[in-house]
Amino acid sequence: MPKTGSSHIKIPRKHISQKVSNVSPSGIRKFFDLLSSMEGVISLGVGEPDFITPYHIREAAIYSLEKGYTMYTSNYGLPQLRQELAKYLESCYGLSYDPDSELLITVGVSEGLDLALRAILDPGDEVIMPDPCYVAYPSCTTLAGGIAISIPTTEENSFEIKAQDIEPRITERTKAILIGYPANPTGAVMPKEELIQIAQLAQQHNLLVISDEVYGQLVYGVEHTCLASLPRMKEHTILLNGFSKAYAMTGWRVGYAAAKREIVEAMTKIHQYTILCAPIMGQMAALEALKKGDSEVEAMVREYDCRRRVMVKGLRDIGLSCFEPKGAFYAFPSIKITGMTSEEFAEKLLIEEKVAVVPGSAFGHYGEGYVRCCYATSLPEIEEALKRMGRFIERHRFQH
Amino acid sequence: MKQIFEALEKDARLTPKQISTMTGISAAEVEKTIKKAEKDRAILKYKTVIDWAKLGEEQVWALVEVKVVPQRDVGFDAIAERIYRFPQARSVYLASGTYDLAILVAGKTMQDIAVFVSEKLAPLDTVQGTVTHFILKKYKEDGEILEGGEEIKRLPVTP
Ligand SMILES: Cc1ncc(COP(=O)(O)O)c(C=O)c1O
Repeated sequence: MPKTGSSHIKIPRKHISQKVSNVSPSGIRKFFDLLSSMEGVISLGVGEPDFITPYHIREAAIYSLEKGYTMYTSNYGLPQLRQELAKYLESCYGLSYDPDSELLITVGVSEGLDLALRAILDPGDEVIMPDPCYVAYPSCTTLAGGIAISIPTTEENSFEIKAQDIEPRITERTKAILIGYPANPTGAVMPKEELIQIAQLAQQHNLLVISDEVYGQLVYGVEHTCLASLPRMKEHTILLNGFSKAYAMTGWRVGYAAAKREIVEAMTKIHQYTILCAPIMGQMAALEALKKGDSEVEAMVREYDCRRRVMVKGLRDIGLSCFEPKGAFYAFPSIKITGMTSEEFAEKLLIEEKVAVVPGSAFGHYGEGYVRCCYATSLPEIEEALKRMGRFIERHRFQH
Repeated sequence: MKQIFEALEKDARLTPKQISTMTGISAAEVEKTIKKAEKDRAILKYKTVIDWAKLGEEQVWALVEVKVVPQRDVGFDAIAERIYRFPQARSVYLASGTYDLAILVAGKTMQDIAVFVSEKLAPLDTVQGTVTHFILKKYKEDGEILEGGEEIKRLPVTP
């Protein structure tokens, strides 16, 4: 009898690829299970606004559904949205991107990041990035076949990544520098002079810079510099941004990438086969946000700024040293006076006082000794959380 | 300075110290600014928005449109003053359109309001006519949605 595929001799097979096995799950998720079994928890562990999307934006999306906008859009995204984006980038940063070939609407910055890395990396190519940094940067690099090269950034340097620390790590395999300022988890904003140094480095070594500017509109008393707007940097930059944070639109899943034609074309190749297009409802909402959302963004920024001051002062008052965040919506206090690791701290704080924070170690080795506290939470909740943390610090500061 | 008033408008119970933390303006400066605004009547009063129905208290509101004859020299001001002195008139506005004054009237019962309109308001010299709309249900008060407001449906931990 001829042998068929249903032979009973089983070959041991690993069903999960080596590449995926090598990526560890996000450290942030760990707390989720513990947390969801508890009541009365105040969570400073979120990474999204506590505002609901402004009503006129929701209403525009509802209207578009009523009108029957329920289809695919162009792979690149709705032409009107790209045109509006081009205008926006021009008026904000003096950038000129061709809406037909240099802009791509993505499913959030998350997809933009993945596309950018996959479009530029060959196996073994290196991507330089700060440590601590947003959890997706190293993992997406690995998944795209690249190698993440971490550059330590420290509180002493205001968590800025410095050109002089990057330069010695550049090799023949270096393809890109990946930065995200204003930063998650530190709240750091890169001053223009520092960005200029990095821009010069990129040009000297012909590197790309992937710049995740999703928190670009959330800055307090300082200016955000768009990397691509620096002299000759449009050629070298893949600008990633989106609507999630500034417009409180995390669930809509809309972002965009802006780069030179060759790169956008390459990214679109992947996008057209894997995603096809960003959801049309989200794109419709984004269009309204761009056209008429400015005043709400301003109001939310003012509100975050109030909460930022309360959070930072409160953390310092309970005895934690805290770097002054100038952007995004995170404070990143040092917990070294407790002698605990950041994971121990977060777990004990959650169990003893029912306050959730994210251990800094989830964002890299150099996040150890810190925790991330999100202040996109109502003032009364922030104040209550600070009270509980104060009790906790009081109990644990001298123990080790 | 505007931030001080924006903070107070949202929560009248904030102390100068809290406002100072929120705005970065010194507590002394905040206190001085508030005192001055109180004196200038830029701050009119500190109040609480209460959903009386929830407390089981009956309260009736009506929007009363009033058509009046403006008077020489004083226009609508004199008649508005006659009206706003009544404590039943909670808010008094001069409005454009088919009538002149819009008055929000509050009372314990419909009868209270009917009596106020027929015995106090309508007989006033220059009042030509009134139209009373009883408020059947309040959905939103002073920017606050009374029931079924939107709650935040965030997951407790996200990247
Ligand atoms: C730095 C950073 N980049 C990107 C994202 C993801 O954004 P999006 O919702 O646009 O995918 C986040 C979300 O937390 C973030 O913090």
